[in-house]
Amino acid sequence: MDFLNDPNALPWLIPAGPLLAFLIITLITNKSKLTPATDQHEYGGHHPDYEGMSVPVVHPWSRVISVVVGMVGVIAALLISWQTLSIASQLHHIGEEVLASSIVWMDTGDTTFNMGVLVDPATVIMLVMVPIAVLMIFIYSIGYMAHDPRQARFFALISLFAGAMLTLVVADNVLLLFVGWEIMGVCSYMLIGFWFEKESAYKAAIKAFTTTRIADVVMLLGIAYLYSITGTLSFREIMYNPETLDMLATTTPIIFGGWTVSAASIIGIFLIIGTVGKSAQFPLHVWLPDAMEGPTPVSAMIHAAAMVSAGIFSLIRLYPLFAAGGDPHHGLMTEPLAFMAVVGAFTALLAATMAVAQNDVKAVLAYSTISQLGFMMAALGIGAYIAAAFHLITHAFFKALLFMAAGSVIHGMEHGEHHVHEHAHGHPSPDASGETRGVEHFDPQDMFNMGGLRKTMPVTFWTFLIGGLSLSGLPIITAGFWSKDEILADAWLGIEKYGSGAHALVFVLLALAAFMTAFYTMRQISLTFGGEPRTEAAKHASLGQGLISFTMTLPLIILAAFAIVAGFVGVPTDFPVLGPIFSPEYNAFHHLVIEALPLSESTAAFASLPDYHPHAPPFNIVPVATSFMVALLGLWLGYMVYWRNPLKAGQSDPLVKSLGPLHPLFKNRYYLDDIYGDVFVKPSQWLARQVITFLDRGIIDAILHIIARISTWLGDLTKVLNLWLIDGVGDGIPIAIFNFGGWLRRMQTGRIQQYLLLVLIAAVLIGIVLVLSSGAALAQ
Amino acid sequence: MIDVFGIDALSVLVFGPALSAFVVASLASLGPSKQVGRWVALILSLLLALLSIKVFFDYQAAGLAIGDDQFIVTQDSAWFEALNSRWTLGIDGISAVMVLLTGILTPLAILASWNIEDRSNMHLALLLLFETGSMGVFVAMDLMVFFLFYELTLVPMYFLINQWGSLPKAGVKFSGRFYASTKFMLYSFGGTLGMLLATQLIGWSAGTFNITALTETWPLFRQGEALLGTDVSTVKALAFVGFFVAFSIKIPIWPFHTWLPDAHGEAPTAGSMLLAGIMLKLGAYGFIRLVIPFFPDVWLTEVAIIGVNVATLFAILSVVGIVLGAFAAFGQTDIKRLVAYSSVNHMGFVGIGIAVMAQTYAQIWTGANPNPDLQSAILATNGTVLQMFNHGLSSAGMFLLAGALYHKTHTRELGDYGGLWVKAPVMGAILLFTSFASLGLPGLNGFVSEFLIVRGAWPVFTTLTAIAMIGLLFTGGYILKGIRAVLHGPFNMRWRDYNLELTPAELLGMAPLLVLMLLTGVYPNWILPIINTTVSTIFAGLAS
Repeated sequence: MDFLNDPNALPWLIPAGPLLAFLIITLITNKSKLTPATDQHEYGGHHPDYEGMSVPVVHPWSRVISVVVGMVGVIAALLISWQTLSIASQLHHIGEEVLASSIVWMDTGDTTFNMGVLVDPATVIMLVMVPIAVLMIFIYSIGYMAHDPRQARFFALISLFAGAMLTLVVADNVLLLFVGWEIMGVCSYMLIGFWFEKESAYKAAIKAFTTTRIADVVMLLGIAYLYSITGTLSFREIMYNPETLDMLATTTPIIFGGWTVSAASIIGIFLIIGTVGKSAQFPLHVWLPDAMEGPTPVSAMIHAAAMVSAGIFSLIRLYPLFAAGGDPHHGLMTEPLAFMAVVGAFTALLAATMAVAQNDVKAVLAYSTISQLGFMMAALGIGAYIAAAFHLITHAFFKALLFMAAGSVIHGMEHGEHHVHEHAHGHPSPDASGETRGVEHFDPQDMFNMGGLRKTMPVTFWTFLIGGLSLSGLPIITAGFWSKDEILADAWLGIEKYGSGAHALVFVLLALAAFMTAFYTMRQISLTFGGEPRTEAAKHASLGQGLISFTMTLPLIILAAFAIVAGFVGVPTDFPVLGPIFSPEYNAFHHLVIEALPLSESTAAFASLPDYHPHAPPFNIVPVATSFMVALLGLWLGYMVYWRNPLKAGQSDPLVKSLGPLHPLFKNRYYLDDIYGDVFVKPSQWLARQVITFLDRGIIDAILHIIARISTWLGDLTKVLNLWLIDGVGDGIPIAIFNFGGWLRRMQTGRIQQYLLLVLIAAVLIGIVLVLSSGAALAQ
Repeated sequence: MIDVFGIDALSVLVFGPALSAFVVASLASLGPSKQVGRWVALILSLLLALLSIKVFFDYQAAGLAIGDDQFIVTQDSAWFEALNSRWTLGIDGISAVMVLLTGILTPLAILASWNIEDRSNMHLALLLLFETGSMGVFVAMDLMVFFLFYELTLVPMYFLINQWGSLPKAGVKFSGRFYASTKFMLYSFGGTLGMLLATQLIGWSAGTFNITALTETWPLFRQGEALLGTDVSTVKALAFVGFFVAFSIKIPIWPFHTWLPDAHGEAPTAGSMLLAGIMLKLGAYGFIRLVIPFFPDVWLTEVAIIGVNVATLFAILSVVGIVLGAFAAFGQTDIKRLVAYSSVNHMGFVGIGIAVMAQTYAQIWTGANPNPDLQSAILATNGTVLQMFNHGLSSAGMFLLAGALYHKTHTRELGDYGGLWVKAPVMGAILLFTSFASLGLPGLNGFVSEFLIVRGAWPVFTTLTAIAMIGLLFTGGYILKGIRAVLHGPFNMRWRDYNLELTPAELLGMAPLLVLMLLTGVYPNWILPIINTTVSTIFAGLAS
């Protein structure tokens, strides 16, 4: 009972709700009835029809229960999170003091490995964001998945997804973080491939899992290495402990020791590679755009609230390790920091260029996610720890919003398409090209099939607009501005004061990427909602009425509010006019999050460690002006090209002309998928076949077969010898005696002449023998 | 340790199955229906399973601490006096885990063969006879008895594959099961020839077959002197090779593995379950129980051509097995062979763990390394034993599911399935769960042991561990390939009128496995302390 009253144990219960929900849904709501698989209503859209076959489909009441259980689980998680936050807020000095509780999980020799939960400032900000975002996604899913026969399975999986994310957030050690991390990987695999009959869906699922697994096995090595060097994986004992950090920063590593790097750097890079996979950074970003094959709430989950955020969150957790041995705020980069800065900044720009040329409404968002994650990674690389955390939170809100709004658009388009079909006889379509598209290959996600949706789907339009502007970093009023601006401010400080090349690279690439972000977002908004409908489906697109429409719009409105106000918790104190209003004493976000890092007093004694509590960058007009300029310029350009001159049906994208040869390059993702296919996938399939046919059958088994052949041959030889020689001799002697007897018998003929002849021959023979032997005797 | 009607529990575990086998086999000629035979076999095996669970928890309840006597010996009586071989049975933490695994898997194998109609009593009797063999190996404290039971396991398995194996493919006159069973028998039997000689040699020269005594005396036996006219180290090295080859074939360590895909592929479901679940563990158990303690110095001998010591060579072969096993599984088109190759892949981790244990054990014993990495060795060995247990669960589960599919569709070709999840949602969910356990998903059992092994091997065989990660990556590849081929994609209308869902017996057979996989993944300390105490004791005993 002490356990229940102990506030330290409360975080255990945060992931419990969704995890239990998963278990309950899986175990109890699987009563099914056989339903003909041609039922259009049950199997419309994403499931193929099977002639004359009945398939088990869960009972409607099972589906209701699954929704209820799933909702209860996530609401419980939200309430317990709030309770935990309120307890944490009463801690005298959070950071130095934390909520923590652990159990013995594994005996290791005469020590133990403990698993536990931890609420420190880094956890706190995630506990603010994750449960709310997840709850919104759940509410949205009720409507979005209402007609899917596998709704129960969907709620089970997405509950597990949420549970895994919350486990990761409250984990007190790297191993538990990794557990949550991998379970999310499996959930995303299952949910991306949720409509598993579609080839594109299961291929995308396999691609996502395999690509992230490349990174995960490297990360596993990093964890094993960290554990073997420190004897623990606890965040507090490593990341908040200057002695351990110092030891790691000054130890020569077990491999690559010749490169004069520290063990901390090797471990750091191994762990960062894990995030490169999970948070879809170049060169492992290829899975994320394909991940849109899953139902849209899943995209929101993966791209915003959970999976990709987990990657950045783990970097935030492990940041003291990366910075150990350097001092990014004074231009001293360690290998892991430089790695993050380069990979992040490069990815941010690369993905932004790809987003510009996409026509799929979700693809644009997918690339923008990669790009924004690059922002965060680059921010961490230059030591802008707070800014990265800030951008992680604001991005989660507006990206969840954008994905769900895009999902609404798709849903609306499908609805419109359905409408057109039903009324096809009454309203012959005037637009022939649209009609042919509509019947056979209608793509409800293609923005060139949309247009004018602001009229039929106003709530979606306005919320999408808010999310889009926040993503673009529209100055002052959107959350995205504040977090992006802070990254640039940090980068500028490094250039100005220390002339750091890494900071300069990050500043330039991110500013360019931010400009492109604003441009492609405006392009997307204009193509989707601006102008006039380009197809019949777009003309009739709507979310309909009733509960479904309500559950799909409510989360948009709530998240839209967050997409604006979330930025005001982190306004710099010295920002003109607004600073004194929102942060009169201190920058609230900065003030809280910095406490996750080791105290200055404790690290001062160690020469290898930087001061983890640097001052926030002072207000500087250059980065702020840059933020203003790139955002406004990009938005303006997008507005001029796409909103002022809306595209007509069948008209091609003006970008095709102006970008020239770059356009196919952007659109086809720099052909990276094809290259990977040829360089990695096909050779490994070839190798796999060779291992069986050439190595196992051709060599090892062949040798065995030769031995067997020789043995058989030897056996046969022995058999032959037995027959001819041994049996021949054995059987031959009696036969010979028998034959000899027969021959002797023939001699006894009874004729005197023969007997005399024999006597004569014998006498002559004896005579010869005698003569010869006496001759021999004489010779001696 | 409890008694059963005055007979010690371990003896019951050894002879009980054989007796049950006799009962079940004789029921066939006495007249009752096959159903009676099945129930009798199931109930008897369940009683034995309960007893093995009890034995496991009794050992746990004995509350041994690190440094206490490692074994609990329950039986020690004269047996073959002329040879100085005694009937000694006992368990430590490692064998307790193996006894538990054997006890649990046998009734599940019986459930999996519930719908076998062809001479079903004999089939079940052979499964029980196999249990006798493997139980005997795990509790034997006498080298001669160990060998006897080790060989005994071959006989029932040979007949199971040979008589109840797969049906011939269309257009082929002979079924592959004849080739597979012969290959299996010759491979294993050929491998143990050297082991028989080595066993005789050790027993004859040391004057005892007692494993505990030999652990103490045999490594020191006539060091520096002559034996059989040559240097004793040569004789020991030859004896080492005898054991090494026999156990490497069993695990199987690359390149001694090619019997395995054939045997697993062609065996009946229950046969595959026991083969993968228990039989492969005999080899690994043999290494831990015999080869490492008996020949510590040999493990550090340089192998002439390659220039590394035996332990490193073993680690290299294990890593080759991990990587190539994964590739081979990835390239398979036959579901049972895919699962079979996954065993090569997973048991490779057991191999690395054994190599780490051997290297460190030998370093401490010989004093070659004044500062050995004891913690890594303990973690790797813990991981190895746990991995043996975990692989027993997940491979048995995978073979049960593959067998269930084969039984219903009569095809093992992955290309013949497709989209089956639509029609068999429960089977699909269970297949996914088991596959991910096999893949080593954190939160399920395989991850804990693989992590421990990777952690333990990293400081000892750094580069090799890194290379093993390629295998871990392709583990994902073949698991996803299997899932994709069976469950995903459009439904193959060929199976429109088939019932593909698991039968109640199969479901019942899977349930304990699923529970144990989850339990071990979420809270490994239900089983780890026992292993950890024994392993730590082994190393602590060395140091003193």
